[in-house]
Amino acid sequence: MAKLTFKSQKRKENEEFALAYTRGHSMTADIWRRLLRDKSSVVSMGFLCIIFLLAIFANLLFDEALVTAQDYSATNQPPSFEHWFGTDLYGRDIFIRMVFGSRVSLAIGIITMAASMIIGGLLGAIAAYFGGKLDGIIMRVTDMFMAIPETLLALCVVAAMGASAVSLIVAMTVASIPGNCRLVRSTVLGIVDTEYVEAARASGMRNLGIIIKEIIPNSLGPIIVVSTQGIANLMLTASSLSYLGMGIQPPNPEWGAMIAEAREYLRSDPYMCIIPGIVIVLTALSFNLLGDGLRDAMDPRLKD
Amino acid sequence: MVKYTVKRLLLLIPILLGVAFIIFTIMDFTPGDPAIRILGPESSVEAREQLRVELGLNQPFLIRFFEYIKDIVLNLDFGESYRTGNPVFEDVFARVPVSLTLAFSGMVLATVMGLPLGVYSAVKQYSKSDSFLRVASTVLVAMPTFWLAMLLILVFALYLGWLPSGGVTAGWMSYILPTITVGVPYGSKILRMTRSTMLEEIRQDYVRTARAKGVPEKVVIYKHSLQNALLPVITTIGTSFGAIMGGSVIAESVFNMPGLGQLIVLSIEAKDTPCVLACVLLLAFFFAVVMLLVDLFYAFVDPRIKAKYSK
Repeated sequence: MAKLTFKSQKRKENEEFALAYTRGHSMTADIWRRLLRDKSSVVSMGFLCIIFLLAIFANLLFDEALVTAQDYSATNQPPSFEHWFGTDLYGRDIFIRMVFGSRVSLAIGIITMAASMIIGGLLGAIAAYFGGKLDGIIMRVTDMFMAIPETLLALCVVAAMGASAVSLIVAMTVASIPGNCRLVRSTVLGIVDTEYVEAARASGMRNLGIIIKEIIPNSLGPIIVVSTQGIANLMLTASSLSYLGMGIQPPNPEWGAMIAEAREYLRSDPYMCIIPGIVIVLTALSFNLLGDGLRDAMDPRLKD
Repeated sequence: MVKYTVKRLLLLIPILLGVAFIIFTIMDFTPGDPAIRILGPESSVEAREQLRVELGLNQPFLIRFFEYIKDIVLNLDFGESYRTGNPVFEDVFARVPVSLTLAFSGMVLATVMGLPLGVYSAVKQYSKSDSFLRVASTVLVAMPTFWLAMLLILVFALYLGWLPSGGVTAGWMSYILPTITVGVPYGSKILRMTRSTMLEEIRQDYVRTARAKGVPEKVVIYKHSLQNALLPVITTIGTSFGAIMGGSVIAESVFNMPGLGQLIVLSIEAKDTPCVLACVLLLAFFFAVVMLLVDLFYAFVDPRIKAKYSK
């Protein structure tokens, strides 16, 4: 019985797929519909929407002065109606600090991912498209960068530039470019040999035109998936570096730095460390699950 | 096989030189004058100038890099620490055992946990234990290392009091929590990888043939499928080692262990460039060696690759 319904569902899906094309539905709409059918993706998107909205409208919803306002009459208070996530060692409201900290964490994750994907992607695409010596040089250089563990490379850059948000972004961008370069190179290598690229070349399209019009749109799928999950990894790395004191400096709120501040109070006030950690895990988890969902939606064959 | 190993060992040299060059270049951007850092802000201008000449800091960049490499290759001289004044080599090597123990035990834990559970999860696809393992591994991958470490300290050291919360004074007991911290997240990664490659493998035609021939299920899974699924998994294990070493930097700081990671953090705070340089070079060297071992290990798993190597 179970098998039968599975089969009929599959048939229905195929019919829908075919119908969508005869009706002229776009590929994007199709991917979107499949994505919405995946429960964990929908929940993740919901959670991320809340986090993003809170981050964007933080100063309309809350008073920004509360982020650094110290209140020594209310230090180390456990979660209550007044302070949803409790207060920290200076009596600052942890929930409000988390909300404003999300701006920093999300911005760092997204900017770094975009920067490293654009630079690494361009290098990878050029290497794959032109091949030959250029490919060899670019790949040998990325090999050397890949021989340095990412966290260490990022630490080196922070060491040289000093601890700040900008150097954190530069550090993680430098550290993640080689991986992205490799990914895009292997994706593009699969596209360069296809008939439609050959057709474009035969019809007299220039190299730049082919890269922009044919290769980039066709390699976007895996890039979007990897970028979504990459944001999660970058947020984790950024919070780790901030935890080590190599990132965002106090009193600015950042999720990792907030947990570092709570280290001393682990025994007496564990909530100070546990709650921000849960928020980091949920955010990273949402990006990862959304990435998984996107991958399945873009290529249903890949689904296990 | 021997020829290939030698060739790969020789290839390590340009990679390590490249790594050294990259790190040397990055660290060269460090602002501030090393002479002031060593002699202190009250030192005279002449003394600083003299020290600069002594250290060769007045030389052009490429010559300094060349001298640095020459000193390392000829007399294992990594320069002197700005912070302690000792030769960096002594400071760094004293800390190698702690870091290597942690990284290797973390990698062993990750493999021992990820491989069998991944196979189990794939074989029992859609079962309750499969769903549990999938959810657990997804959550663990999304967990920041330092937070996992703090939770472990909270539960096992502070509440239960079973294990020490830091340091290495308690012998192997003090390595348990740090090993879990660095090993479990990568174990989850290996688990996910093993599961998905195993799922692909057990649907292949040759597996169906083996089953049809009446080969026992255990042999089908472990001898036929697993051997073919291992290649991408071994790659994941190898690359994880680099990440585990990166993770151990954080674990060493949280657990206050006297390893290379802790030294890197201390040295960065003190702007002790020679020390940072030496630590990162050494860790990159270990990573390169592990990646070489992984490549050689391929040959044991896949006869096709062995055939290619012996050509």
